Amino acid sequence: MSVPDEEEGRVIPISEAPSFDEPAADRSADELAEQFAEQLAGLLAFLRRRVMGDYEVDEFGYDAELTDKVVLELLRPLYTHWFRVDAVELKNIPHDSGALIVANHSGTLPLDALMLQVAMHDEVGRPLRLLGADLVYQLPFLSHLARKTGHTLACPEDADRLLRKGELVGVFPEGFKGVGKPFSERYKLQRFGRGGFVASAIRAGVPIVPTAIVGAEEIYPKIGDLRFLARTLGLPYLPITPFFPLLGPLGLVPLPSKWMIEFGEPIRTDEYEPSAADDPMLVFNITDHVREVIQQLLNELRLRRGHAFPPFL
Amino acid sequence: MTHTVLVTGVSRHIGARVASALAADPDISRVIGVDTVPPPSLTREGGISLGRTEFVRVDLRSPDIAQVIAAADIDTVVHMSLVSAPSRSGGRAAMKEHNVIGTMQLLGACQRSATVRRVVVRSTTAVYGSSPRDPAVFTESLEPHEGPVHGYAKDAAEVEGYVRGFARRRPDVVVSLLRFANFMGPGVDSPLTRYFTQPVLPTVFGFDPRLQFVHEDDAVEVLRRMATEDHPGTFNVAGAGVLLLSQCARRAGRLSLPLFSPAFKVLGSAVRRMGLVEYSPEQVRLMSHGRAVDTAGLEAELGWRPKFSTGAAFDDFLRSRELRPLGGARA
Repeated sequence: MSVPDEEEGRVIPISEAPSFDEPAADRSADELAEQFAEQLAGLLAFLRRRVMGDYEVDEFGYDAELTDKVVLELLRPLYTHWFRVDAVELKNIPHDSGALIVANHSGTLPLDALMLQVAMHDEVGRPLRLLGADLVYQLPFLSHLARKTGHTLACPEDADRLLRKGELVGVFPEGFKGVGKPFSERYKLQRFGRGGFVASAIRAGVPIVPTAIVGAEEIYPKIGDLRFLARTLGLPYLPITPFFPLLGPLGLVPLPSKWMIEFGEPIRTDEYEPSAADDPMLVFNITDHVREVIQQLLNELRLRRGHAFPPFL
Repeated sequence: MTHTVLVTGVSRHIGARVASALAADPDISRVIGVDTVPPPSLTREGGISLGRTEFVRVDLRSPDIAQVIAAADIDTVVHMSLVSAPSRSGGRAAMKEHNVIGTMQLLGACQRSATVRRVVVRSTTAVYGSSPRDPAVFTESLEPHEGPVHGYAKDAAEVEGYVRGFARRRPDVVVSLLRFANFMGPGVDSPLTRYFTQPVLPTVFGFDPRLQFVHEDDAVEVLRRMATEDHPGTFNVAGAGVLLLSQCARRAGRLSLPLFSPAFKVLGSAVRRMGLVEYSPEQVRLMSHGRAVDTAGLEAELGWRPKFSTGAAFDDFLRSRELRPLGGARA
């Protein structure tokens, strides 16, 4: 992509620009003005490209510029200040080749997916391509936002295609069972579907990175389900939390729990032939193994994090 | 060896261009063009010159086409005569008859012919439909979740069925089936090009589909190669990359008007009656969920890739219609 890198904001030490030294202050003011002008020019060029449609999207609809400059920019305060996410063991993520990131799913609304994406982008410097449920692609706004931020439908064809291109692909094998589970079942991994993700990893010969996300369970503690209404609206569930629907839209503010994300030791799949992806026994075995590893990571990481709402709770 | 090529649908833009490209090939001894109406270049309305193409006025729905094939010892048939939108006079029934019955008659004549050894049929990527449940990128072997049930795409799916049946019955004939993305270019006049030249573009509220185009020059080149070399199989033909509808609208400097999909359908039938643009249910689905195809198969088979990407094809179309984004031309 032909987007010039934004110049990093420079740190000017206080000692170099003491306020009582008039000329030096002037110079730094000039520099600041120059920096501001540069940033403004960059912003104008960005707006111009957007208005003219002069940007690239990939075949899945991923708009890297929009994601980097707008969407992630909006999510970052949530990542750093609200959830204070700590991403650890980043060395387990390959730097330049494809891998399948397999994580637990929780939180009633899939904010864990968004935070995982910020972690990948900011701490590893690679886009994360998530595989989402088909419901996402039927809903207005969500469907094109999901595509523009790099995600696609969870189906073998798309997963294989992304992995063949050497992308980092993320999946939540628990799906709705995980994200919509009641608060009482927090940090208990749900069933892992048919293990289609394992078959995709074997076909592409890429490692599986088991990943544990701790903290998302507490953002919207689901204590009930409006089943009838959910069914009428065609949704998988409609949660009742201590604050929703009691406080209305205010109840949609996620609780500021402390988050940690840990990337486990990669599980290699390149020792199998691609045709082994059709062996259900092998696929089930690896699926179970991945599930156990993630559950173990979750248990350890939950202890390591301590209180969900430090320092009190 | 001498070649005699039959091209159907020569009165339409791409058909005429393919006929004239084949007529310019010295290895081809005769090019016979057929269509239900005379080509514009023969009726003093201008249009693409057909070169030394001999025009025969035949209604494909009638068995006359068999006589043309038998009389001229035709060895290659390029079937381009698929109508993508109902004409103002004929309506949907006539369109379906033209597309499906016409193809059946043509393939029936080919099956009986002893001289035909290569058949090239134009189809469309619309046969994949558009659905939120299908993969983002279609390969030729993929069965769509929800196949087309309306209009042009359904015709094309039926035509493909007959073509596959023909290929089974005549394994000695080389059959190439080409699924083209939407044509785009200076000379193309389709529901989609007319859509982009409207002052305001109605879009489906909350959706921003991926679109893919193939430039007319690339389409003609692919058809020329398929008609002169043996490339059996089914191939997707599209320019590299995709454009989002919002991006197309911005590049064209058009405002988009988001409408809820029921309103879109009402508006669709209203403007269709006025004969302006078509918003068929198929079109509404495309405008919601979009479609992209994989062209690796074609590139591997021909050792060639389209010169125009989807974006370049659209830009070339915009230049020819003097459409530019708000705030001047793009660099």
